[in-house]
Amino acid sequence: MTIIAEHGYLLLSLACVFGFFMAWGIGANDVANAMGTSVGSRALTVKQAILIAMLFEFLGAYLAGGEVTATIRKGIIDTASIGDKPELLVFGMLAALLAAGTWLLIASIKGWPVSTTHTIVGAIVGFAAVGISVDAVHWPKVGKIVASWVVSPVLAGVMSYALFKSVQTLILNHNDPFTRAKRFIPVYMFAVGFLMSMVTLLKGLKHVFKDQGVSMSFGECALYAAGAGLIVTLIGNYFLSRIKEDPNIDPNDRFANVERVFAVLMIFTACSMAFAHGSNDVANAVGPLAAIVGIVKSGTIAAKTAMPSWILLLGGAGIILGLATYGFKVMATIGQKITVLTPSRGFAAELGAAATVVLASATGLPVSTTHTLVGAVLGVGFARGIAAINLRVVGTIFMSWLVTLPAGAGLSIVFFFILKGIFAT
Amino acid sequence: MAIINPLYKVLGRSPIKPMQQHMGEVVTCVKFLEGFFKASNSGDWQLASTVYDQICASERAADELKKQIRLHLPKSLFMPMPRTDLLDLVTTQDRIANGARDIAGLMLGRNMTIPESLQDCGMAFLKTAIAATEQAFVAINELDELLETGFGDREVSFIATLIEALDELEHENDQLEQDLRKKLFAQEASLPPVDVMFLYKIIDTVGEMADNAERVGARLQLLLAR
Repeated sequence: MTIIAEHGYLLLSLACVFGFFMAWGIGANDVANAMGTSVGSRALTVKQAILIAMLFEFLGAYLAGGEVTATIRKGIIDTASIGDKPELLVFGMLAALLAAGTWLLIASIKGWPVSTTHTIVGAIVGFAAVGISVDAVHWPKVGKIVASWVVSPVLAGVMSYALFKSVQTLILNHNDPFTRAKRFIPVYMFAVGFLMSMVTLLKGLKHVFKDQGVSMSFGECALYAAGAGLIVTLIGNYFLSRIKEDPNIDPNDRFANVERVFAVLMIFTACSMAFAHGSNDVANAVGPLAAIVGIVKSGTIAAKTAMPSWILLLGGAGIILGLATYGFKVMATIGQKITVLTPSRGFAAELGAAATVVLASATGLPVSTTHTLVGAVLGVGFARGIAAINLRVVGTIFMSWLVTLPAGAGLSIVFFFILKGIFAT
Repeated sequence: MAIINPLYKVLGRSPIKPMQQHMGEVVTCVKFLEGFFKASNSGDWQLASTVYDQICASERAADELKKQIRLHLPKSLFMPMPRTDLLDLVTTQDRIANGARDIAGLMLGRNMTIPESLQDCGMAFLKTAIAATEQAFVAINELDELLETGFGDREVSFIATLIEALDELEHENDQLEQDLRKKLFAQEASLPPVDVMFLYKIIDTVGEMADNAERVGARLQLLLAR
């Protein structure tokens, strides 16, 4: 108790710096994974992608990031078991942030495909199990999270498979795919708008509504979300109406014009991807910070305290700064490399992944956006839509989280004891 | 900071463009034969030798493309078509170019001139073989559209019509081959026996080129039917 009274604000500032740095790293590196498909398929320029990412990552983090942040903050650790020593949780969360930052830096230098989500969860489980006690870890919840890491790529794969198959039957496998594309693409746009606003209304704005005494039933939410979907469709229709069939665009490719229509759709799926990424990944950076803020302010581990919204804002700001300072370069490089995904495939993969991640966000499950996207790409591949997929690389990616968990845990244990040694003596 | 992007590594290099480039090179190679026959028919061996060099250069270029395709098709690649079918396809494509090189090499080496009475018929025979190769290229050029539609029924049946046209050309080539053999047989007693022997050999090889072009279509059909 005295440690917190004495060093509370130092610890809090440290947590803010580390959390902000993590968010910066996510913006600099991770967002490019989510948005690279749009840039690579030429649906968006790098500049447009950055602007979309800035806006929707922020919106995602602020409007729908609360649930996952809560999981990271208090879902993984059974706080009841450490009630009398709140400073341990502060050290631990700081250690977890440091460990995740360090591990991600190492992985970036080595070029390993690791995920921020897996690292931070591993780090939190690590310090709690070793630094506090094995019982301090809320194992059923951890089991659920790990299961979601298996389920999310599979679910995304199934969704993007279905999406691509539907595109095939509705649009591509027809005499005049251009007209068919113009007719059916608004339906997908509606789905994007509906999905995003539904999650926002159900989960994200819950705290806002509660404050103002507004309560909405599921049906009302669906109604408003449908309205939002319609607005999105109208905006999309305006963009679509500006696409005219141009017979001279590429005589060797009969589908060049159809892909131009899909490119419009991809702007919308890119927005949803950024929103989904913001809603899930920002929690990795600010979840530990939120836990520390709660303890420092109240002096105890109060599981019921509401999370101040400035924490989500800080995370969103960190991501934006990361995008502005470094993400630009990463995005440009990646965009040049992912060129094999045409908009008709890229959209299916993005929408499948975004829907999965947003669903995970709404249930408070931290998942890896990149892994989900890889699962979605595989789904399109199974629908015979992609020329070649490197299965060996897919294997490496899905194995990488097995390495990441002990690495994140080990690092956070080391940092935990160092911090404890510095402050608690 | 190195850039980790697992996604672009997941997406492998598409073999389709290289396959089309290879077939394009094969067509270039085979088309040189027409000029070569003209030169040899008029006895201009200097020109024939230049054309032969062009044929060889083109055949080598095709070989190189074939090697690159094979190198970039590891077993760990997950593709919408079986890997073995693609490898068979590129081998068959390459055989056409090999045939063109063999014909030109044999004729140049022996300074063979086709007897005047057979020249028109021979040229027509060669032209259908070239046409069959070009038609095979048209079909191979549909591979990217095939992928774009995700192997849609409409595209599959469109390619089937292209393959039918290819079969038609090969059949025509067969007919001309029979005529040519008949004509050669009628006058073979009056020609030097060794020349006759090699003329039969040339006819065989040209016919084989058309056969291989047809086989490209057949392989493509196998690739579609899964």
